[in-house]
Amino acid sequence: MIGGEATAKVYALHVAVIALLVALNFVLPEYHHGVLARVLVLAVFAMGYNLLFGYVGLLSLGHAMFFAAGLYGAGLPLYHLGWGVPAAFAGGVSAGLVMSLVIGLLALRTSGVAFMIVTMMFAQVFYLTTLYFGEWTRGDEGLVLQQQARRITLGTATLDLTNPTTRYLLAVALFAAALFATLAIVRSRHGRVLVAIRENEERTRMLGYDTFANKLTAVVISGVICAAAGAAYALLFGYVGSTFASVQYSILPLLWALLGGAATTLGPLIGTLFMYYVIDITSGYTSAYMLVVGAVLILLVLYFRKGVLGTLRERWLRWLP
Amino acid sequence: MTDSKRFFDLGKSGLTRRTALKGLAAGAGLMAAPGFVRYSQAQSSAPIKIGFQAHRTGIGAAYGRWYEKTTNAAVKLINDAGGINGRPVEIIVEDDGTDPKRGAEVVAKFASQHKTDIVFGTLFSHVVVGSAPTAGELKIPYYVVSEGYHVASGKLNRWVFQPGITDVRSQVTSVAPWVAANLGKKVTMIYPDYAFGYDHRDYFAPAIKAQGGEVVAQIPIPPTESSFTKYLPQIPADTEVLYHVMVGPGVLTFVKELGEFYGSNKPQLFGFIDSLEAVDINSPGLEFLDGSHFWEGSPRYAQANDSEAQKAYRAAVGIDDNGASTTDAKDVSTAAHMFGCWETLYVIKKAMEDSGYKGPEDRAKLVEATEALTEFKEGPEHPQGDKKFNGKIHQVFGHQNISKVEGGKLNVVHRTSIEDGMYEPEGDYTTQPL
Repeated sequence: MIGGEATAKVYALHVAVIALLVALNFVLPEYHHGVLARVLVLAVFAMGYNLLFGYVGLLSLGHAMFFAAGLYGAGLPLYHLGWGVPAAFAGGVSAGLVMSLVIGLLALRTSGVAFMIVTMMFAQVFYLTTLYFGEWTRGDEGLVLQQQARRITLGTATLDLTNPTTRYLLAVALFAAALFATLAIVRSRHGRVLVAIRENEERTRMLGYDTFANKLTAVVISGVICAAAGAAYALLFGYVGSTFASVQYSILPLLWALLGGAATTLGPLIGTLFMYYVIDITSGYTSAYMLVVGAVLILLVLYFRKGVLGTLRERWLRWLP
Repeated sequence: MTDSKRFFDLGKSGLTRRTALKGLAAGAGLMAAPGFVRYSQAQSSAPIKIGFQAHRTGIGAAYGRWYEKTTNAAVKLINDAGGINGRPVEIIVEDDGTDPKRGAEVVAKFASQHKTDIVFGTLFSHVVVGSAPTAGELKIPYYVVSEGYHVASGKLNRWVFQPGITDVRSQVTSVAPWVAANLGKKVTMIYPDYAFGYDHRDYFAPAIKAQGGEVVAQIPIPPTESSFTKYLPQIPADTEVLYHVMVGPGVLTFVKELGEFYGSNKPQLFGFIDSLEAVDINSPGLEFLDGSHFWEGSPRYAQANDSEAQKAYRAAVGIDDNGASTTDAKDVSTAAHMFGCWETLYVIKKAMEDSGYKGPEDRAKLVEATEALTEFKEGPEHPQGDKKFNGKIHQVFGHQNISKVEGGKLNVVHRTSIEDGMYEPEGDYTTQPL
């Protein structure tokens, strides 16, 4: 049981992280400011993935479909139907909700390796669907969401999503919402049940919990968070393309979560940030930068088996959620 | 020390006439030093920095390597001739991994970290489209060498140009009359089931129809396919011309299976060399292509009637008469496309000179100067041929080559006119604010 002091520490840490991110808006150089905005949105994707993988122990290889559902759910209505930004964002999140519910109902009939394969196959179907409906999606080439369409008008004020500060602060807001939602979930009764399922599903069922319903809820919440990230990516960065539905984008959140620390609330941010800069810096020196990334990953596996935050929690900070 | 003796003091600094003179002498000495000369001229002769968004890794790596070689060759020549506006050109390369997400990140890196003047050199369409919003938001001119119909479609933004290579719509439109007149009028199209294939599907069909021909079947191949046998029976028996545009590693299997399917009794074949860029036409399995025809932007093999400009270009880039590297005969170039890098750099040079470009504050002027260009004459700067540029849709139009595979080489049998590939513009970027 987490005591009151630990709870205070947890909230203080999370609030401090958000405060730091807001403060960075004013001090970061232009390039890193833009990078962090992008990383924050992708970290939300990793957080959504981590909820299912880290806390429930369900390894999905198809989460690109939820991110892409948000991306297309927001991008296509904005591009073809002229929807406003808030409606498009809601469209993206709704697309993720429906898709994760349907996929969850079907994929959760399996477990373990079969769950990985089934989610990967569904994601592949979704990827090919985005190509098949190329007339609307422009498939692999994708669509540009024009700058003038990426604005929110509130009375006389206009919020321009292409403005670097606006974009950054919106990314922080989305990240904060996802972070505190994840924190609330993992500290709730439902969160404890999810961890119990991860540790021993049979025993959890024997204790009277409906494990299927709990897992389905987790898939849906995970899918919605990933879709929110996808929708935000489309609206903030103005591009919608099927690359984001490809298998590579199912592997990446797994990697980010593992690096930062699976089943830690802040791990996905650290993993995403770390991977971004490893690639950004090493690709400046060699075209074999994936080799360097591989070496770094091996070192992490050797010395930080549970990811950065997971290892910190195991050794020193046992109160980390 | 009295006040009268301190008449040269500059306030509280304690600077006396003696120290001031010493300082001046030291300053003069510094100015004579080579390093200081460079510094003092920084405003006028600092390099013009061009960010080269290169496909060093990923599916576009073979193209990217040759794009880089061509770019370096052109920049060397430009610098040897005095640079642009008297300033040397410096190329800064970033790998985009042939990925649209990384592409956008790289454009941002060029604009805000490397502080390049422009961004240049992207080939793959999805990277162009993925990067275009970032270029538009950061207001950095973005010159692509992609051949996609994305720029000309009017769907990108005012900061994106394609002034060195024609687009696929223009290419397929211009070859249709020759195909109808020389190969046949009943065409079956086999193309990849994604955007690049759709451009062929959507623009070749009406073009061949305008020549009295027809597309009797369209067979899209999903990108995940590695065997094509099951699609081949879908080709109608009355097909006179098989139009094929396969890209990626599957192309060798495709040709081999096509050969096994038809044997010696085959229809006429017309393909786009995109499938076989950087691939030796004499590779085992490609024998079936003997006697077939290909579109080429610029000919891979040296032709008997090559212009002096074409010969000089090939020598500068380092390709032999077979279109392979002069240092490694097995290293086949992407000759049909890479000339676009060369020509685009000279377009950038012309636009920078026309606008009196000095630095990033002149980027808007550079955009307007590029839009004002109308014609490029064939010569050392445009070795592929003369061209017309439409500033409203930011797209260049030029000649296309149709080559026949004969004796293990590609011989140009027809060169289209620029007008063959012109079409009604669908947009006007100049109405967008800068």
